[in-house]
Amino acid sequence: MKKFIIFSISLFFSGFTFAQENTTFTKKDTTKLEEVIVLGRRKLSNYRQEKTLSSIDEFLEKSNKITMIKRGNYAWEPSINNMTSDRLSVTIDGMQIFGACTDKMDPITSYVDVSNLEKVSIGSGQEGTENGHCVGGNIDLQIPKSKYFESGLKTSADVGYETNGNYKTGGLDVEYSGNKFYINADGIYRKSDNYDAGNSKEILYSQFEKFNVSLQTGYKLSENQSFDAHIIYDKATDVGYPALPMDVSLAEALITSVNHNYSNDSTFIKTLETKLYFNTITHIMDDSKRPDVPIRMDMPGWSDTYGFYSKATAQVNKHLLAFNFNGFYNRALAEMTMYPNDSDQPAMFMYTWPDIRTLYTGIYAKDSYALNNQETIVTSLRLGYHRNKIAKAVGLESLQIFYPEIDATKSRFLTSFSSNYNLKKEKSNYSFGVGYGERAPSVSEGYGFFLYNSFDNYDNIGNPTLKNEKAIEANFKADYIFNNFTIGLESSYFYLMDYIIGNIDTTLSPMTIGANGVRVYNALPNASIFDMYVNTSYKFSNTISANASVGYNYGKGSNNKNLPLIKPFSFLAELNYNIKTFNAALQLEGNGNQSNYSNFYGEDETPSYSVLNLNLGHVFFLDTNKFILKYGVENILDTTYSTYADWNNIQRQGRNFYMNVSVVF
Amino acid sequence: MKLKYIFPILFIALLNVSCSSDNDDDDSGITNEVTGLTKIQDLINDTHTIELFNTTGQFKTGYNAISLRVIDNATNSYVEDANLSWIPMMQMPTMEHSSPKSTITKTLGKDTVYDGFIIYQMTNLDGSGWSLTVNYTINGIDYTVTDAITVLQNDNQNSASFMGSDDSRYIVALAEPNEPKIAINDLKVGLFKMENMMTFPVVEDFTITLDPRMPGMGNHTSPNNTDLTYNSAEQMYNADLALTMTGYWVLNLKLLNTNGEVLKGEDVTEENTQSSLYLELEF
Repeated sequence: MKKFIIFSISLFFSGFTFAQENTTFTKKDTTKLEEVIVLGRRKLSNYRQEKTLSSIDEFLEKSNKITMIKRGNYAWEPSINNMTSDRLSVTIDGMQIFGACTDKMDPITSYVDVSNLEKVSIGSGQEGTENGHCVGGNIDLQIPKSKYFESGLKTSADVGYETNGNYKTGGLDVEYSGNKFYINADGIYRKSDNYDAGNSKEILYSQFEKFNVSLQTGYKLSENQSFDAHIIYDKATDVGYPALPMDVSLAEALITSVNHNYSNDSTFIKTLETKLYFNTITHIMDDSKRPDVPIRMDMPGWSDTYGFYSKATAQVNKHLLAFNFNGFYNRALAEMTMYPNDSDQPAMFMYTWPDIRTLYTGIYAKDSYALNNQETIVTSLRLGYHRNKIAKAVGLESLQIFYPEIDATKSRFLTSFSSNYNLKKEKSNYSFGVGYGERAPSVSEGYGFFLYNSFDNYDNIGNPTLKNEKAIEANFKADYIFNNFTIGLESSYFYLMDYIIGNIDTTLSPMTIGANGVRVYNALPNASIFDMYVNTSYKFSNTISANASVGYNYGKGSNNKNLPLIKPFSFLAELNYNIKTFNAALQLEGNGNQSNYSNFYGEDETPSYSVLNLNLGHVFFLDTNKFILKYGVENILDTTYSTYADWNNIQRQGRNFYMNVSVVF
Repeated sequence: MKLKYIFPILFIALLNVSCSSDNDDDDSGITNEVTGLTKIQDLINDTHTIELFNTTGQFKTGYNAISLRVIDNATNSYVEDANLSWIPMMQMPTMEHSSPKSTITKTLGKDTVYDGFIIYQMTNLDGSGWSLTVNYTINGIDYTVTDAITVLQNDNQNSASFMGSDDSRYIVALAEPNEPKIAINDLKVGLFKMENMMTFPVVEDFTITLDPRMPGMGNHTSPNNTDLTYNSAEQMYNADLALTMTGYWVLNLKLLNTNGEVLKGEDVTEENTQSSLYLELEF
């Protein structure tokens, strides 16, 4: 049964499905969303992807619950359940890492690449609190586990080219694996010029260039114990953001960790994994390439995080227990220097993130209780202590302009709870869950100082007096299988209290030249977010299958205004043909008219669109080397369109031919 | 036996005495009373030298906080009980006038230092035209000293001299903050009426509205500023001045008399980007 679902899911995934049978992964059309497998055992050999070298962003976008918010062609911001960064917990292998850009130009997903990862784990709502508190969900970008495969030296290389934007990609992966020692090094390079929207309209400032290298090594001390060390260095330069008034000249991350792993089947604690980590991000915004700006400015930002976690699993009778004790310390600093057009005037300076230190420690426990072969109840709880401190006196004094009574520190206690009931039958699956969660305001929401949002053209001021945002959540999922036909429904509802959002304060004067005004982060008494997807698939034969999915989303605040960035009616239909060495998929994807747009929060109505894509894949052998060829056309009809998730209605790519070649030595 | 000890002790004691008397000349303890200040100029007559200090070592147009010391030329020691007053004078081609000034008082907690302020409304391009007379009394005897001083033009307009709608001439001057911060600063402004060329009494109990703006940032303003109100203890007008960033700020002012009538200045609007009464500040 389970294999059948997995098999059909695998088929939807238009790439080659060399999946190990115990893996599941999800696309827009799938009914199961727990884990998205980015890569198989071997890095960069992700043959399941349409494009071997597609970015994390492109990959995440395939997931049903995730929408990527685009400010350009790079560093897309993931949104789960119609909630973005501040409401999500995005981690790299359980490590907390926070972007250094006050304007969300560097979501964490932009600092890793597919070559670094084994899989991406997505938890919706309170199911995603293993690594931290959230209300919307969690994305954990998981790096590969230790690989003591004794497979010796292996190398693989990939190259890719796309016509639209003259986009070039290259990747190389070298791995040595013994029985007590392994080492793996990989690198990836991407460079794209400006892309063209439909009708060959060049989108200026949409170029980017980046490279990413990582090194992972491990040593096995004994059968039960091993050490791993991992380092990722990611550097993007010359990244254009066509939807924003500024570009990025440097986005640089160094992500390091050391791990100790213990596993023993005969003890109470089955596994114990302890990690110490450190990461540092430098993000430098730049407007030197823009010919017309009201004022020149520099906006650098830094974010450093030190942390640890200790994860244990145990089994007591029918209870599978998981524990996580974790903590981190983050320093977020961002500043802005503006150079007046009148050169006699001195430069203007302010701290936009006034050196905010965040300290968090928390514990998490999860119990998976198998009532019988068909029913399981999964319950999880996370408790945490969260403290913010404004480290710079200048920072405290500048925020005291708005909040004269605030202190430098603010402590919070956070609670998250969820419980899920799952029933698996031969021809149907059901799952029902409830949850309650809290989150602390993000650095921008709590302490941001004149952060300009080009989306609604308002400056935003943080509010250190915000309460925790709270969410009560219910979700439901059902799948039915009738021979070759599968239909599934999944839905979730969030009732958010003290929903944090910017409120226009007409008494304040904007800092940014030309801005409409100032919003101060504040809380709506409550807000509701609802989503529902219906997914179907039909298998015509062993080689031909079809699937379709439609989605409906809704979000409204207690002020009776629509929430921003709520996905309109969406649909996806796909026809797949698969044989062992060749596959083809024709895909139609689109959104309905965004009629429930949020005028109040700066949105305008985005018209409906649909695009047609064709993806093809080929496997062949030359001598002993395996070649995988992926090629296709995206947006075949060269449609000019933008979606609700495109910042300032920036137009998406027009027709694009792409080709990727992978070689495994 | 005892002498063996007494001699060295005496010797050391003598040495110490001589040392300290040597040091009396430049008196390191008293020199410290002007630590952090730079000498502007000495005013010298036959009997005394008046030392003038401030933080920059220069007089500039606008508000000048000034520290003074009086040296007895004969004994080369500081006079700690002088009564001082001063008269700044600007010599112009056709007339001469003085400027607003404070009384001179002994600095709290210091033995040799006196302080006060002078507000120079204007100056010549080369800094010439001003002279300063200090009249002082020591032990019932009156003395006076006069010398030319150099007053440089401040880059920013930190004082303004203007005719009010009541046909009186007023002078406003920015006294504090000395070191503006990105914060809510304590703003102190002096307001004086020019009764005649020589008399500039403090104007009490008027109101000065405050609207700080950054012309370089589309006339951005800041929240939680208060209007300037009179503080009789300081004889100055005080307000909260919020500065959201470093840079060039224009403090737009509007002067209202005790009846609430506007004597000078206008509200800042889209059309009128600056009041005719304003002070400038840069940091």
